[in-house]
Amino acid sequence: MTQLKRAALAVWDFVVGDDWRVAIGVAVAIAVTGLVADSTVAAWWVLPVAVVLLLTDSLRRAIRR
Amino acid sequence: MSGQQFGLALAVFLACSVEAVEALTIVLAVGATRSWSSALWGVGAATAALAAIVAALGPALTALPIGVLRVAVGGLLLVFGLQWLRKAILRASGLKAVHDEDAIFAEEAEAARAAARAAGAFDGYSFTIAFKGVLLEGLEVAFIVLTFGANQHDVGLAAAAAAVAIAVVVLAGVAARAPLARVPENNLKFVVGIMLTSFGTFWGGEGAGAHWPGGDAALLAIIPGLAVLSLATVALLRRAADADRAAIGESVGA
Repeated sequence: MTQLKRAALAVWDFVVGDDWRVAIGVAVAIAVTGLVADSTVAAWWVLPVAVVLLLTDSLRRAIRR
Repeated sequence: MSGQQFGLALAVFLACSVEAVEALTIVLAVGATRSWSSALWGVGAATAALAAIVAALGPALTALPIGVLRVAVGGLLLVFGLQWLRKAILRASGLKAVHDEDAIFAEEAEAARAAARAAGAFDGYSFTIAFKGVLLEGLEVAFIVLTFGANQHDVGLAAAAAAVAIAVVVLAGVAARAPLARVPENNLKFVVGIMLTSFGTFWGGEGAGAHWPGGDAALLAIIPGLAVLSLATVALLRRAADADRAAIGESVGA
């Protein structure tokens, strides 16, 4: 494995960790917050709801492993 | 000190204490079994590398527009916080082994004794293990200091909270001359997971354009709300695990 690939993997592991779905879910939830904030609807509730859903889903998968 | 500044200092202090306890265990294990001087050289080299990383990234982060910074930092804190919280909930409910510094110390010390040793005063094994341990745990400290500090435009306060945490842990370790097994590390990780996730939610939302009801005071609802949810999840998982164990016991007894 090249040094560059090893470094990239280390950064990925540090930032994303062992559940990449959480990282994707957070990115999507922030994007949705931005979209809702641009409309006339309040957007503050999107991230708390996303946190509950992502945590529940991540726990469920960890327990099944 | 405002509420947000207090929250920042507390979150950084607790997170850095946990990381410092983990790094201390590794340094103690190689220092006590092989070479204190080489292990301390490793600590020094890792500290210098971390200082260079913070010095390079700190000004770059604080130069970003606040909206961009809050989205990026909020997102990263959420990813980090949710992972800490998931592991803490699993440990608290008995579904994952708790972090045991005594066991980790014994494991590291055994590996250190087994590793081959070259002749000479400098021990490369002790240096490398101490360097890697401090650098890896320190990177998390640097990340937390930079993200919390840059977001609040108060890197100095975050760095001071981290420095106090590290000093307290190192002094306690020197006094005890043993891994700090009595530090309630798993409980601290639970609290840190809640803090990182709460601040990530707040800043991520603000950065993306959301307006929190009550402004900064919304954190006073987010943090306890997430704490209650997490504790309720632990209670539910514990009950389910107990029921599973009872069912297995019955089927074995039948």
